[in-house]
Amino acid sequence: MSAALQLLKREMAIAWGRGGGLLVTSGFFAGATLLLPLASGPEPERLAQIAPGAAWTVLALSALLGLERLFERDFEDGALDLMAHAGLALEFTCALKCLGHWLATGAPLALLAPVAAIALGASPTLAPLLFACALAGGLAFAFTGGIGAALSLGARRGGLLTAVIVLPLFVPPVIFGGGALDAFTAGLPWRAGVALLGAYAAAAVALGPLAMAAACRNALS
Amino acid sequence: MTQALAFLYNPHRFMAFSAWAAPLFGALALALAAAGLWLGFTAPEDYQQGDTVRIMFIHVPAAWLGLFVYVCLGGASFLSLVFRQALADAAARAAAPIGAVFTALALATGSLWGKPMWGAWWVWDARLTSVLVLFLFYLAYMALRASIDDEAKGARAAAILALVGLINVPVVHWSVEWWNTLHQGRTVFAAGGSRAATVFLVPLLLMSLSYMSAFGALWLVRIRGEVWRRRAAAAEARLAR
Repeated sequence: MSAALQLLKREMAIAWGRGGGLLVTSGFFAGATLLLPLASGPEPERLAQIAPGAAWTVLALSALLGLERLFERDFEDGALDLMAHAGLALEFTCALKCLGHWLATGAPLALLAPVAAIALGASPTLAPLLFACALAGGLAFAFTGGIGAALSLGARRGGLLTAVIVLPLFVPPVIFGGGALDAFTAGLPWRAGVALLGAYAAAAVALGPLAMAAACRNALS
Repeated sequence: MTQALAFLYNPHRFMAFSAWAAPLFGALALALAAAGLWLGFTAPEDYQQGDTVRIMFIHVPAAWLGLFVYVCLGGASFLSLVFRQALADAAARAAAPIGAVFTALALATGSLWGKPMWGAWWVWDARLTSVLVLFLFYLAYMALRASIDDEAKGARAAAILALVGLINVPVVHWSVEWWNTLHQGRTVFAAGGSRAATVFLVPLLLMSLSYMSAFGALWLVRIRGEVWRRRAAAAEARLAR
């Protein structure tokens, strides 16, 4: 158990520390949010309509940022080889890496998402739901994103390839979360979307590590 | 089924089988397409959709095949990943571009059909979106394969991705029931029998069988090409030594 805790601490430290970590991700999140009113005009009514969806989309895009570093560095310096031969199952190691990534970047971004939505003109009553969706969605993004990151190990232009692989996998959580936010804004029942989002996140947490470990073993072989 | 697969695993037997099966499927596809198109163009106009209903005979089989080829791709990937069958990997590699073309055809003809029917080239309905996602899965599969230099590693990574993407296939299939919005619900396989008229159903089924045979022929030809390519690479490696 202590080995798992140590690994989680290490992954979080890497996600926080190396290359700016959360600061860079937050900067990207703020910058992408800033472009939206600049591109579509500052009229409050128009912005308020798309505010929750825009915050949700930017969140999904921000989740792509750290993925490249999730396995690539450890693969290059040989740490992944050591992890594959350590006592922990590689599936468990991959799950911990994604969990650490989510705790260090995804969860803090979930706090930023409601701020961005309110700044764009969404109703503040939306904030708790958006925060909950961003937490669950971030977990789904981290664990499906890990699959793409592990698959593109050893590929040319790995970062771009990861995004191409991962974005189609982001579609269901984006639909479910966006649907829940939309329904909430319109005063319709919104629980189904949240439940489906949670189900997708749970499935990603359960199945993602299997694919990640298989991909890592393939890259290391 | 298992015996048929075991028979085809042997590349020599596969080459002997596909040498006559591929032209046979091709001829069958042409004959079925001729009959299907003839019946399709002589069918009466639909009382709501007029002449545009004929787009269905091109569009619906393409959408079905887009899904069907992905299932084939997933099955071949499973066989190559779990049983390390080289021929199954060749089949997966050969299927991907064909499936991508069928999916692109479904998207393009659907767009041409949507303009007169819904008044828009594209609507963000669940089923259209899912087919677009299916197309992106094909692209991701081919991109991943192309960007890993080590062929064996690239093959296995792509097979893992194909299995992950297979989760998307039921999403496409049941999305009609999940978020039924603008797109017409199920008609051909609706519960309690088909709701499409027989004059439209017969050419639609003929065209579907024709598409299926065309896929069979193209797939076999592409697998044969892949086998030849690998033999040539092996021969080249032998000569270089």
